[in-house]
Amino acid sequence: MNSPVNQMKEFAKQIRLATLKELNNLGFGHYGGSLSIVETLAVLYGGIMKYDAKNPQWQERDYFVLSKGHAGPALYSTLALKGFFPVEELLTLNQNGTRLPSHPDRLRTKGVDATTGSLGQGISIASGLALAHKLSALDNRVFCIVGDGELNEGQCWEAFQFIAHHNLNNLVIFVDNNKKQLDGTLDEVIKPFNFNDKFSAFGFDVQTIKGDDIAGIYNAVKTDRTDNQRPLVVILDSIKGQGVPYIENMVSNHHLRPSESAKAELEKIVAELEGR
Amino acid sequence: MFIVKNDPIEMRKVYANFMQESIAKNQDIIALEADLMSSMSMDSVQKQYPNHVINCGIMEAHIIGLAGGLSIAGKNPFFHTFTAFASRRCFDQLFMSIDYQHNNLKVIASDAGVTSAHNGGTHMSFEDMGIVRGLAHATVLEVTDGVMFRNILEQLVDLKGLYWVRTMRKNAVTIYKDNEQFTIGKAKVLREGSDVTLIANGIMVCEAMLAADKLATQGIEATVIDMFTLKPIDRDVIVKYAKLTGKIVTCENHNIHNGLGSAVAEVVVQEHPVPMRFIGVKDRYGQVGSVEFLKKEYGLTADDIVQAVHSFT
Repeated sequence: MNSPVNQMKEFAKQIRLATLKELNNLGFGHYGGSLSIVETLAVLYGGIMKYDAKNPQWQERDYFVLSKGHAGPALYSTLALKGFFPVEELLTLNQNGTRLPSHPDRLRTKGVDATTGSLGQGISIASGLALAHKLSALDNRVFCIVGDGELNEGQCWEAFQFIAHHNLNNLVIFVDNNKKQLDGTLDEVIKPFNFNDKFSAFGFDVQTIKGDDIAGIYNAVKTDRTDNQRPLVVILDSIKGQGVPYIENMVSNHHLRPSESAKAELEKIVAELEGR
Repeated sequence: MFIVKNDPIEMRKVYANFMQESIAKNQDIIALEADLMSSMSMDSVQKQYPNHVINCGIMEAHIIGLAGGLSIAGKNPFFHTFTAFASRRCFDQLFMSIDYQHNNLKVIASDAGVTSAHNGGTHMSFEDMGIVRGLAHATVLEVTDGVMFRNILEQLVDLKGLYWVRTMRKNAVTIYKDNEQFTIGKAKVLREGSDVTLIANGIMVCEAMLAADKLATQGIEATVIDMFTLKPIDRDVIVKYAKLTGKIVTCENHNIHNGLGSAVAEVVVQEHPVPMRFIGVKDRYGQVGSVEFLKKEYGLTADDIVQAVHSFT
């Protein structure tokens, strides 16, 4: 029962709960895309990455870049639960003067490795971190989550060319393929065709894993790729609003301002997750 | 008398030589290029230091983000490309991946304004300085000659933050003696006169010096200031010479909007209002031509400056 995967499952539940409380308290925010990466964050911060919450600048740490910056609330929950800052502070999300702005800001929040929010740039920053460590022959790893809608941005594909050319296999990219962007489904807004084919053509190893398959995600990234394999892209077959059926079932769930009745529904889900 | 004499070393050679020497001393330096390495004489440096000179290909937006990541990991990135691509092509990246999060990057932006000559209007940037001076923490410079370029590059190695350095790529006109020292944020007063102040940068420093000689033959004594730091601008020197001469002409190889003229005017209207004239490109785009042709076409010659001085009555 106490296997690493079971611990990560429990951690994912806590991240989901904390993220809902954080957003419910504010009354609005990026529910959909925060919830779809909860399991991945649970794996990275619950079993894969090296870090020291008491010393966020520890030289030997691994790095995490949330390129889809609007999922900041899920990252904050993860960091708070791991002790980077007090869990109570999650309730200051987006309040005046907060250290927890909607999109991650590395100068404001302990544990945030890169400021993101203008889409497409986080991958480039992650590749800079990975290149720096390769050049210095250090074994720090870098993990980056990019949104499927974010892949509309041409800069992402500039970055992928660079990453493959330099074989930055100390960097793992997760594509949060939750199939929706702000204005609709990817198919409606800008058809992605086949991510697997695209990344293979760009020179990556590709794995597609269910977005809530903690064991699958863990197995994909638990060993580093020191044997000169190609860089890895994990395509997360995820659901926008993942793990909260009430939100999963909404057509448009990127940014929500729940009504009074919706709030009651969300509180019920919080109570369920809390085991009340 | 100001004698026009070209620098013996091209600006690109100044950069390449500097990089070659600096990488040997400082293993953190990473010189990034965007498929213009050969245009900047960096090929031989890359052969010697393949881990320190990285030709990223034609992806300027990515390169700025890459530099942000290198900076976070403690590297000291420099990035060279043409002014147009180092400003308008990647402004949001300069904002978010660098300046907003206090990352360190030195951008060397070459082929400034009309000096991109035969690359023509598409490559000719008259708006770049205006774009980058909108960044809250950036330091924005335009180097005047090879002596200044070398001295500024030496200073940049140890400075933290975003430094955006505009330069020409080939031979500049020599303005400074070999051992001249420069303080970023402090202008150089090259000549003093009590009738009018000419404030110039880049290739226009030479034109301002030539204009001052012509004016002297007409009994008009001009102060000439090299305002090589556009941001933060040297307020003290502007106020001092506004008071002393009562008239200012700004001279820039850039649109007159949002560049040197605007920056000087912002100080003048707040501190000591005096009449001003603006020598620069007047809301036009570039075209193919020799530098001398383009200077005439866009009103950037010493004669244009003399005329502007005469327009104060």
